[in-house]
Amino acid sequence: MSTEVISAAAEVAVKEPNEPLFSKKNKRLLTDPLNDSNPITVQVLGICSALAITVQVKQAVVMSISVLAVMIGGNLIISLIRNIIPSRIRIIVQLVVVASLVILVDQVLKAYVYDVSKALSVFVGLIITNCIIMGRLEAFALANKPWPSILDAIGNAAGYAWILIAVAVVRELFGSGTLMGFTIIPESLFGFGYMNNNMMILPPMALITVGIIIWIQRSKNTALIEEN
Amino acid sequence: MLDLVNIFVKGIFIENMIFAYFLGMCSYLAVSKTVKTGVGLGAAVIFVLGITVPVNYLIENYVLKEGALIWLDASFASIDLSFLSFIMFIAVIASMVQLVEMAVEKFAPALYGALGIFLPLIAVNCSILGGALFMQERQYSSIAEATSFGLGSGVGWFLAIVAIAAIREKIKYSNVPAPLRGLGITFIITGLMGIAFMAFMGIEL
Repeated sequence: MSTEVISAAAEVAVKEPNEPLFSKKNKRLLTDPLNDSNPITVQVLGICSALAITVQVKQAVVMSISVLAVMIGGNLIISLIRNIIPSRIRIIVQLVVVASLVILVDQVLKAYVYDVSKALSVFVGLIITNCIIMGRLEAFALANKPWPSILDAIGNAAGYAWILIAVAVVRELFGSGTLMGFTIIPESLFGFGYMNNNMMILPPMALITVGIIIWIQRSKNTALIEEN
Repeated sequence: MLDLVNIFVKGIFIENMIFAYFLGMCSYLAVSKTVKTGVGLGAAVIFVLGITVPVNYLIENYVLKEGALIWLDASFASIDLSFLSFIMFIAVIASMVQLVEMAVEKFAPALYGALGIFLPLIAVNCSILGGALFMQERQYSSIAEATSFGLGSGVGWFLAIVAIAAIREKIKYSNVPAPLRGLGITFIITGLMGIAFMAFMGIEL
């Protein structure tokens, strides 16, 4: 089995250089997910983690990087072995690949940023079931060569990351007056009666913040408006 | 016995999967357009959670936990396999979902058609794996407690999806600002429902 994997990989690698690395099509793979097909606001994938860990920017950044790493790894591996996966068991194969990558990420987080890893609690494990990853594996990596798959992974992870960080910035700034743990709102403002909005720290405000981001995005990009 | 009821009720209201932890949002948002499909998916989630949480509880306590293998041989007491828990849990869940899928296809073909892609996707519904991981984190003391936690979370998820589906059926007749239609307004309504559910938060059971 393993020799097959290697030969399939080699075959793909040989065919690669026909197309320039950053052709127009490949660039679209990177830029589309930022706006027109954003994984969160348009494809509605990966909402769970996006909402739960956006209380602080630091957590959001760590989460985005973890998702980026898992997505690149997963897309690359699935794309390399796409021709030898029987289609009936592809979901299991994808889950095993993603789960192994997430175990790696989890161990790395525990080793280097233990406090964030503790704060993220079950949500690191839930990267396995993050629909963005499964969705892109299923929709893209299973049918495309490794290089475009990597670009697609980076693009989608970036589209996911910017929404995540935007929500986290709003919630942390208005909720606790800090960004990345540094105080932003000056002390003197509190003297005039300014108060942190404790609502922002509560989970439901994440949903409402995302709703408002969708509102802003769709009023700029009217092609995305839904019928009902 | 009262403990079990407490865990069950807690799972439905206080630690509701959707409103308190946002687990399973993807299918929650995508399948909640009509009450009928919402009920179908909600029932499937109750069923799958009710099976996978106890099965994963057994695996956690007799295979993965530090010293869990002691029933095999005393020399295994120091083995800690908990880093394998993600892959074990997801394997159990994926195979259980396959089983449910076959059962639904055979006994309720209409429901099978209506649920479409979302039945296999229960495998990647965060609430199922989330249930297993919360079970691991909270260290329930017996399999009965784990089962009632699983069923309670499932019922909570069911309630949430049926409620939002009913609201979305009605909201079709309202004049929502165009850019908010569909996804945007659903997010905001879920947020408001979440705030309402927070009323349960202070209750100690």
